[in-house]
Amino acid sequence: MIFPWIWRVLPGPALLRVLMLLVLAAGVVMALFTWVFPWVSVTFDIQDQSVEAMP
Amino acid sequence: MTAPADTESPRHHARGGRLSDRLLALVGELLIIAGAVLGLYVVWQLFYTDVTSDREQEALVESLEWAYQGPVEAAADAPAGDVDEVPEADVPLVIADEDKGAPADAPVPDEVGFTETFATMYVPRWGSDYVKPVSEGVTRRDVLDTLGIGHYPGTAMPGGLGNFAISAHRTTYGKPFNRIAELQEGDAIVIQTAENWYVYRAGEHLIVTPSQVEVIAPVPGAPGAEPDDHYITLTSCHPMYSAAERYIVHGVLEYWAPVGDAVPAEILEEVPQP
Repeated sequence: MIFPWIWRVLPGPALLRVLMLLVLAAGVVMALFTWVFPWVSVTFDIQDQSVEAMP
Repeated sequence: MTAPADTESPRHHARGGRLSDRLLALVGELLIIAGAVLGLYVVWQLFYTDVTSDREQEALVESLEWAYQGPVEAAADAPAGDVDEVPEADVPLVIADEDKGAPADAPVPDEVGFTETFATMYVPRWGSDYVKPVSEGVTRRDVLDTLGIGHYPGTAMPGGLGNFAISAHRTTYGKPFNRIAELQEGDAIVIQTAENWYVYRAGEHLIVTPSQVEVIAPVPGAPGAEPDDHYITLTSCHPMYSAAERYIVHGVLEYWAPVGDAVPAEILEEVPQP
């Protein structure tokens, strides 16, 4: 469904499509690492090392 | 005997089967994507945050022109030509006993603005090359995840009567307090500000719940009591990779000295590394 669809919409010969997929995947990973994961980690308070309140 | 009814149109064949099969394929693909994203999250948390935060914290220390950054810089002043000799200039001068100030006379810097970096920290037990910046605030996004060690606003500043309380990650994000549990009683915890050195000695270790804020009270463990000494308190998470409890190390100021050519002997100590 999703993967065949991506394969279909990409133009060009198979080798070019593979290269485009790699670039696409790298972009997605970068976006996750830079924006999504830091936001998730802070928003859902997955780890914290301070004591709660100020004295 | 009748022939079975053909329920699948040629169009369905072209797109990969019946609707239910296609839905199942979609669910399968979404699960594959979810699995990959979760795996990537672990990689990001355990490895990538160290890469980015280490880089950021190193650059931050380098940007502080007053911060002592190892004997390499002292060697730059060495006269050229005596390469055969033991490079004495590599070893900076050590603060003499008569230049050491008593805790009671310690000058205390004013509290700085949120996210401002005002000190560096040296812990020989964690390696002679250990140096991390200390900044104001203990929120994760603005301070602990990026700048490294954070100072609890409202607690004493370095050298102050009361409790200089700081917090940092024990794992991930550059993990400044990774080896907090290895600190032994009497180990030096050295803080440098633009004007002064402060040498603390590590004492008690505690494991507490996150709500036990009395550990950062002016007198650790006794909220409301009049400050009676110059404490330092390190807080980090416990157990490692968890946020269930907090690991606490208290310490007491031993002496202070103005920043000059000499550095505290403690930070030149080579403590055997495990």
